[in-house]
Amino acid sequence: MSDTPSSSPCVDREEIEKIAELARIRIAADQSDEVASRITRILGMFDTLQAADTEGVAPMANPLDATQALRPDTVTEGNRRDDFQAIAPAVENGLYLVPKVIE
Amino acid sequence: MHDQTVAQLARALRDKQFSSLELTEHLLRRIGQLDGQLNSFITVTDEQALDAARRADEALASGRAGPLTGVPIAHKDIFCTRGVRTSCGSRMLDNFVPPYDATVVRQLSDAGTVSLGKTNMDEFAMGSSNENSYYGPVKNPWNAALVPGGSSGGSAAAVAAGLVPAATGTDTGGSIRQPAAFCGITGLKPTYGRVSRLGMVAYASSLDQGGPMARSAEDCALLLNAMAGHDPADSTSTRRDVPDYCADLERPLDGLRIGLPKEYFGEGLNAATGECIQAALKELESQGATLVEVELPNSQLTIPTYYIIAPAEASTNLSRYDGVRYGHRCADPQDLHDLYTRTREEGFGDEVKRRILVGTYALSAGYYDAYYKKAQQARRLIRDDFLACFESVDIIAGPTTPGPAFGIGEKTADPVAMYLEDVYTLAVNLAGLPGMSVPAGFVDGKPVGLQLIGQHFDEGRLLNVAHRFQQVTDWHNRTPELAGGTA
Amino acid sequence: MQFETVIGLEVHLQLATQSKIFSGSATTFGAEPNTQASAVDLAMPGMLPVLNERAVRYAVMFGLGIGADIGRRSVFDRKNYFYPDLPKGYQISQFSDPIVGRGTFEIHLEDGSTREIGITRAHLEEDAGKSLHEDFQGASGIDLNRAGTPLLEIVTEPDIRSAEEAVAYLKALHSLVTYLGISDGNMAEGSMRCDINISLRAAGSDTLGTRAEIKNVNSFRFVEKAIQHEIERQSDILEDGGKVVQETRLYDADRNETRPMRSKEVANDYRYFPEPDLLPVVLDEAFIEELRASLPELPREKRARFVSDYGLGDYDAGVLAASRALADYFEAVASEAGDAKIAANWVQVELLGRLNRDERDITDCPVPAAQLAQLIQRILDNSISGKIAKQVFEAMWNGEGDADSIIAAKGLQQVSDSGELEAMVEAVIADNPGQVEQYRAADEGKRKKLVGFFVGQVMKVSKGQANPQMVNQLLAEKLG
Repeated sequence: MSDTPSSSPCVDREEIEKIAELARIRIAADQSDEVASRITRILGMFDTLQAADTEGVAPMANPLDATQALRPDTVTEGNRRDDFQAIAPAVENGLYLVPKVIE
Repeated sequence: MHDQTVAQLARALRDKQFSSLELTEHLLRRIGQLDGQLNSFITVTDEQALDAARRADEALASGRAGPLTGVPIAHKDIFCTRGVRTSCGSRMLDNFVPPYDATVVRQLSDAGTVSLGKTNMDEFAMGSSNENSYYGPVKNPWNAALVPGGSSGGSAAAVAAGLVPAATGTDTGGSIRQPAAFCGITGLKPTYGRVSRLGMVAYASSLDQGGPMARSAEDCALLLNAMAGHDPADSTSTRRDVPDYCADLERPLDGLRIGLPKEYFGEGLNAATGECIQAALKELESQGATLVEVELPNSQLTIPTYYIIAPAEASTNLSRYDGVRYGHRCADPQDLHDLYTRTREEGFGDEVKRRILVGTYALSAGYYDAYYKKAQQARRLIRDDFLACFESVDIIAGPTTPGPAFGIGEKTADPVAMYLEDVYTLAVNLAGLPGMSVPAGFVDGKPVGLQLIGQHFDEGRLLNVAHRFQQVTDWHNRTPELAGGTA
Repeated sequence: MQFETVIGLEVHLQLATQSKIFSGSATTFGAEPNTQASAVDLAMPGMLPVLNERAVRYAVMFGLGIGADIGRRSVFDRKNYFYPDLPKGYQISQFSDPIVGRGTFEIHLEDGSTREIGITRAHLEEDAGKSLHEDFQGASGIDLNRAGTPLLEIVTEPDIRSAEEAVAYLKALHSLVTYLGISDGNMAEGSMRCDINISLRAAGSDTLGTRAEIKNVNSFRFVEKAIQHEIERQSDILEDGGKVVQETRLYDADRNETRPMRSKEVANDYRYFPEPDLLPVVLDEAFIEELRASLPELPREKRARFVSDYGLGDYDAGVLAASRALADYFEAVASEAGDAKIAANWVQVELLGRLNRDERDITDCPVPAAQLAQLIQRILDNSISGKIAKQVFEAMWNGEGDADSIIAAKGLQQVSDSGELEAMVEAVIADNPGQVEQYRAADEGKRKKLVGFFVGQVMKVSKGQANPQMVNQLLAEKLG
């Protein structure tokens, strides 16, 4: 088990900005304190969970414990580029345009 | 016509009492007249509806009609509709016109239903009041100062107001059942995997499930018959056969054992709501059911578990909205980072951003074990509680919500207060079980919902119990004043 | 200071499926941009992945081919990061429960030694699309045809100690996956791409140094050069008392150098978690055993058989068994010619040499195996000498016909008529009295050397067509 955060985690402005960067969401500077306090309030709900004894319980991702079915390797999709690019914000020569990617 | 159920309308259409075109025109007129007050539709598709009604009338005339042919419905705006804007209640998808149909949309269209349009909802299905829509809040038809519930608030309000006899909804933590309860209609969240999620915009993949919202259990059974089934394009869709959900509706309740979780009747439950639920349970008892107290000892873990798993999944499900291939794109991006952050800042509303941030936090390095993994472990405990109960009872019953509909703006200041509204519905999604909300009375003119929870794939039993209940009660037949009726 | 190089490789292998790993789009290389990108590949709202059975089979075949543990229950995870060639904002990959677990891989080095390279794991994942940077003022164009192509990422332990070992490993890996038929192994088209983790440490130390990761190197030669360059760069830093920075670098083939990548954040937090749109993949014994039974003869097995059945040396057997196509070619020549050793020699020296010179692959060799076998038969039945055979081979390569027709057309048939040869030998003796005298004066030992002169002269007169054994015999008689 990794480190368990202390109860009632408090998320500060700096941490919110780090998370917002990971999520690629810009938060206006004058709002980050309010966002941080609301999120701290939400994280506060998680105390009861932190206290629960889950030792030895297998994590459950699917409520039915179902397993994956496999698809035969056949090509079923044709070229629908025109349909898809008709709703795209910026395309040229069949390519989606984005600001320059730097490697 | 607008006060009839799906079952009644289908019969009337087959008996040629009126045509699907007449019915469709009538409802479109009603939407035009009344929806200004409710805001239950985001998009009304008059032309497509009239065309579909004409095709339905041809089918009816030539004897090719099925049980739903010509019946008008509406789709929650989370279901992708080919050629019709699918906004998911978000500015992000305000301009998004999918070049494909969701499986559910196709199934209901193949069944001959006539879609009138797309209903309002909380943005990306995140909300319990329908106040998080880019298109503005939906009003509760029983009282325009109240919320209709959410996230399928538009579908619930439209059905309750007699704008459409039935609508699709989705339920990730109560989003069918809670608005059904608040608006006095019947709603069913099927077992996870029973209805295809393909083409249903994802909120939390392991919890999302589409289902019907209508006036009666019988109507829900008719719709579920068309919606359920294996979809090879959805890996989480079950291969189990689909029974005829109408077949067992009349089955007597003698010997039925109903579990009442004591955690659902304790502190937090509004007293008058509790009285309505007790009266409803007595009614079921008088029909031969036995009431048994049961325990769900891990209930207190439900809210934190849900509010970790759902935002975590949502935080990555919503990463695809980046302004590159479809949807909103910020004007004049300076660089790639600016394209992403500004597009997402502008495109998402506050609650969506909040859940993305909470989910990102819960998955981020150093917190995964303490939050996400822990929540998945608790999720198993919560499900196993239900499975243990079902060893001694057939279904579980209780309130759908702690109290009736609250006022618009009443709970927007505190996200946690809003989350507590879902205390009785969330566990059903975590456990993947089918759940229903059935009208069970009124508190100060506000509808109350009885929640029925079944074993995995036992939707038939829930519909049976709800139907029997509706044979001897008329809560589901009441209509709000706005719809021309009285409570 | 003496440094030891520590290298671990991550190879991204494109699997040779018809359709993508999670959608029904085609995987054909080189299609017009975005014509092979479906709604699933474009991450359209509401779209869901469904796993391709053949991708699973191929991954298991690889695991069986290296004797690795097969994950009876493997799980797909989401690896989250934003990049324009990654439409969902996450890559579906496998993190904690990969489909292939630990295994080992034997590599053979040029000096005849062998080494075991540990395989940590191999997992299934989806490829990303491509960003194109040319031709759009200030913008990049995104082509998502490649997005969703199935990849097997094969990760080694840090067991590799040199550029030579790295290349030997990659060649052996290439050989295995093409034998198995799970990948076309076409490096030029990106079917096999390599990330190199490399660090230096003081010789004899058992703690690892700080590593740099070199991304996306796509040829054996570039891997070798990138490693050599990186060893030099890191040892320069360490010798000057500096510290190597842990970072991701790119190999620039034009400049033959590595440089830091600007786009990747120093500390990326990928937030792996189980992909809720897919369920655990559970493989039963029957499925695995069926695949095990269907495996072809693998390179190491074939190599051993070439040694035991044909009496070839281990190195030669390794060269011939390196690719399935070459091994099949060799075996066809050997069986038709009836002499495996001469066949091995011809395939290895003449044929491979010629292929290399023209930068061609055995799969588009202009000389069919049956024709090479016929040529070898003509050497064996003394119709031509080995030297003439090379001339005939060159003509065959240039499409002038089969061995027999070239020999006939060019009159290259070996002269074995004793009368004709006797006349030639007598003429050479008569024309070179000085050498004859010298020869006759020499002792037995020197004579052996001196006779070569006369053989050479006869061959010259005969334009190389004289039967060398008969010439030797006649010279011995005539020179006395």
